[in-house]
Amino acid sequence: MMLARVVANVVSTEKHPHYHGHKILVVQPVDPQGKPKGRSLLAVDGVQAGIGDLVLVVDEGGSARSVIGEESAMTVRTAICGIVDRVDIEA
Amino acid sequence: MKLGRVIGRVVCTQKMDCFEGLKLLLVQPLDENRREAGAALVAFDTVRAGGGDLVFFEAGKEAAQANPNGWFNPGDAAIIGIVDSINGADAPGGGKGSAS
Repeated sequence: MMLARVVANVVSTEKHPHYHGHKILVVQPVDPQGKPKGRSLLAVDGVQAGIGDLVLVVDEGGSARSVIGEESAMTVRTAICGIVDRVDIEA
Repeated sequence: MKLGRVIGRVVCTQKMDCFEGLKLLLVQPLDENRREAGAALVAFDTVRAGGGDLVFFEAGKEAAQANPNGWFNPGDAAIIGIVDSINGADAPGGGKGSAS
């Protein structure tokens, strides 16, 4: 899993059936301090996240399918599986 | 998934049977502000995308699963949606509520 910030919402009418009924968000991976790190990517939302939220993102097919609860959605690879309340860094 | 722009079409007469009937499109990956992000790649189409369309695509082994000719194929990028709009990004053309 990685930490990421939700930066945008993607609206799409014409999409693969595996993505029907799911919200798709643009997430920017961040380091533990919240600084952007690497390229943004799109993720299916499993936890009602919104723009500005710090979230946990899985970028692995099996994990992503379990997040949205659809084992047969074989093309889904990236999903948001948690909204982060805070990150405590020790020392 | 990543955002991309369809910038061309790849025509192959001689190709594996599993790509028969599929459109192969040249896709330029973009970031959320529609700036180029990385090298262009070839992806097969599942949503009737065309030149100039803003799309999202899946890369990696999951892409092969979108192939209607069966899951056992070498496809490593598939266009799986056409973007109507992106809300929240802050660059020109990507502003809140803007159309694509």
